Amino acid sequence: MTATEQNAFDVAAAKDRCKRHRKRILDMTQYVTALHVGGAFSSTEIVDCIYYNLMRPGSNGNPVGDDAPDTFLMSKGHGYMIQVMLLVDLGILTEEHLRGYCTPHGILGVHPDYGNPGIEASTGSLGHGMGMALGMAYAEKTRGTNGTIYTVMSDGEVQEGSTWEATLMASSLGVSNLVAFIDNNNMQSATFTTDTHPSFYPVVEKYEAFGWEAVEVDGHDSEAIFNAVQSRSGDKPLLVNCKTTKGKGVSYMESVPMWHYRSPDPEEYKQAIREIDEAN
Amino acid sequence: MRNMFSQTLFECASENPDIYIVVADISPAGPMMDFQTNHPDRFINVGVAEQTMIGMCAGLALKGCQPFAYTIATFTLYRPFEMVRDDLGYQNLPVTIVGMGAGVIYSTLGGTHHTMEDVAVASAIPNMRVLAPCDPAELVEATRYCAYQKEGPVYLRIGKAGEPTFTDTAVDKFEFGKIRYIQKGTDVCILAYGTIMAKAMEVAKELEAKGKSVSVVSAHTIKPLDRPGIEAALNGHDQVIVIEDHVPEGGLSSRVKQIAWDVQAKCKLHTFTLKDEFIHNYGSQDDLLAAHGISVPLILEQVA
Repeated sequence: MTATEQNAFDVAAAKDRCKRHRKRILDMTQYVTALHVGGAFSSTEIVDCIYYNLMRPGSNGNPVGDDAPDTFLMSKGHGYMIQVMLLVDLGILTEEHLRGYCTPHGILGVHPDYGNPGIEASTGSLGHGMGMALGMAYAEKTRGTNGTIYTVMSDGEVQEGSTWEATLMASSLGVSNLVAFIDNNNMQSATFTTDTHPSFYPVVEKYEAFGWEAVEVDGHDSEAIFNAVQSRSGDKPLLVNCKTTKGKGVSYMESVPMWHYRSPDPEEYKQAIREIDEAN
Repeated sequence: MRNMFSQTLFECASENPDIYIVVADISPAGPMMDFQTNHPDRFINVGVAEQTMIGMCAGLALKGCQPFAYTIATFTLYRPFEMVRDDLGYQNLPVTIVGMGAGVIYSTLGGTHHTMEDVAVASAIPNMRVLAPCDPAELVEATRYCAYQKEGPVYLRIGKAGEPTFTDTAVDKFEFGKIRYIQKGTDVCILAYGTIMAKAMEVAKELEAKGKSVSVVSAHTIKPLDRPGIEAALNGHDQVIVIEDHVPEGGLSSRVKQIAWDVQAKCKLHTFTLKDEFIHNYGSQDDLLAAHGISVPLILEQVA
């Protein structure tokens, strides 16, 4: 297990980890086809930063475990593969779990299942995470345990009315221990979010109007994500609008709709690994 | 019933700090006001946002709380159905969904406020249990059960106001998962759940006046249904009557018919349900029930 890093931000370490996560996901594409690669790659730096830099460790030094104070809920269930890789990195899931992915003898499927190691809620249907994250945050606040709840939504998911219901309620209840990220890769399934819902923009102002603190960052800049959370005022729920690229890191995948749910062939795989290795 | 529920939950919440109530646009009055006043952090009104009511309850339960979701019955299941199914059912969380004023109690508010299919909808979800106590005394027992159980989600179907008590001299005690004899006879057995029990008791009196020995059963736990208990009722009486303020599909009547076939029951079996039709007329609750064939004279016409 890699020790959780607190406070001091190590840019090089974050880059190395994110390269490792992406390559592991690419490795899996070579023996299973049921993978949301594009959406996992757009969430990579966000989810890595949450687990390694934002969540506080429990008594055993791991941010995931019975007495670890904070919680991560993957509202964007189709981004699960990056969460799986973080849980492998942290020793919560194993290579054996990965080998069982989507097979009758395994416990891991395409979306997060509550009850599996390190999984705090079942998602996959969009628009459920914010309500549950709010309930969790409210429980932490009123029971005096004061854990912070981190959640990652997709930009398409924010079209769900349930997301806005809970967004409104979070600020009305003054729940300040809730930090939500939008993995804003401008794509949903096979279309561009800017085409489907041009009225969704600007995002930050909408959340501010709903009583949240909100900030926009480059969602592939780990240090910027970290700083956005560290520098918040802390008296309101926080929204971090992360501008991202679907399929980030592999040139032929970036912002190409078919890579929402497709595995590269062996030649494409080699090229993808090479590009990730050679990136800065 | 709603005041008895609130009173009981307030008492449970005073004993158990894990209990929270999340309501959707309900004005707290009477004992519900006591809950809000004494436990302000554990009373949450999300307003007109039923999906958030259920989602928040799931999040609270995921952190070890014992939440209750509470609003008018029709809004507890239908609007937030996927949250009920995924957040509560799939994750198997100990959340109680309280459907208040179920059936056609809101008789003048139109079909949008009638809860005619809730038992079928809730029962269809794996892990979901369905409870429908027949009177305020039984509701106290059911509420206390829900306030402490950790097995999974429960849909608690309740009335509204002014329901009489039938179970103070009941033959059986309340036990989750078991049918409960309020009175025991030998000829006829009437099975009912929830507030429609008032009709069952009236029918029993009329049949007794004609010389019949009549059992009356509160089938308060509709899921899991007490199959051995239903089999014994079918085999132990010449005539069985089921009365429910619910559509024919997926309620108690269809389950009892299924069991009767399975055990090749010899008794006569009569079922009285709402029709598979929306109700477009107005009037009292009794007027609406009668329009769908549920009144004491209409039942007696068929069974006497």
